[in-house]
Amino acid sequence: MSETPLAPQDLGRLHLEPQYATARQQAETAAFGMWVFLATEVLFFGGMLFGYTYLRATFPEGFAEAARETHVIIGTINTVVLLTSSFTMAWAVHAAERDRRRATALLLAATALLGLLFLGLKGLEYYKEWEEGVVPGLNFHKDGPNAHVAAMFYYLYFMLTGVHGLHVTIGIGLVALMAVRAWRGGFSARYYTPVEVTGLYWHFVDLVWIFLYPLIYLAGRSGP
Amino acid sequence: MRSVDAGLGRPPRSLLLTWLALLGLVALTLGLAYAPLGRFSIVVALTIAAVKAGLVVTLFMKLFRGPVLARVAAGAGLFWLGILFSLAATDYLTRNDTATGNFSLPTGREESR
Repeated sequence: MSETPLAPQDLGRLHLEPQYATARQQAETAAFGMWVFLATEVLFFGGMLFGYTYLRATFPEGFAEAARETHVIIGTINTVVLLTSSFTMAWAVHAAERDRRRATALLLAATALLGLLFLGLKGLEYYKEWEEGVVPGLNFHKDGPNAHVAAMFYYLYFMLTGVHGLHVTIGIGLVALMAVRAWRGGFSARYYTPVEVTGLYWHFVDLVWIFLYPLIYLAGRSGP
Repeated sequence: MRSVDAGLGRPPRSLLLTWLALLGLVALTLGLAYAPLGRFSIVVALTIAAVKAGLVVTLFMKLFRGPVLARVAAGAGLFWLGILFSLAATDYLTRNDTATGNFSLPTGREESR
């Protein structure tokens, strides 16, 4: 890729730092750094997922009863929205590789907008849950023998989706920043590492949701 | 040569097919969630999620195209997730419902009670 000699005007665009031998090495190091960070993110969600596993295995009936009441339609639409945003993100990286900067900027903007749509629908869902009184500690009005299991389910639900929503929020900021930089001509076929690395982060946020969707919305739909 | 782009152009075929496959899998997992599969329901749901994750990691994140180091980092993430689950499970899987041991022995904290 960048092993060929560079034109002087390209050197500035590469943002090549002195510790790297080649632009390619620099780009690979940046991507590696993001992968290492994402590995720690797996563990960040891992603790909550272990709590989920324990709760579901210990109280299967109460768990299924609570999970059945989640808003599966909003959850499914949001899954489609996030998967589509990953598609536009991957397409944006593809366009950046080919030096199509307007397409890159537009696709990044579309990705950020889909992220906002996801957050909007998530907010609607939280609002409905507040109205239903299933917010543990603040507004929780459920009775019956499984009320305490439902409280634990909803506690995990708000922690998992809340932390995920925080990641979506950070992702929207990063993607929007990349859209502006791309629109202003900040990237080229020789230098688009920030777009690529932001893409990795965005896809990871999508990956987390790919697992949260069946764990939260599809649990208990056909019995405990 | 600087950007010769007129609009978005056509999406790359592999990305488009990946996206369609992902949407198909969402429909499949949603439908199967309502099928009376009993305890296999969660197995089916997580298998489909793993296939979706595999598609995203391979075709969107291009994990298997880049340098080996990225795969090492991704593998380490999963490896340590396994460690987290198995070591945490040593507690939960070995808990007894009934108390064991001799509770009549002095604990040394009786005076402060």
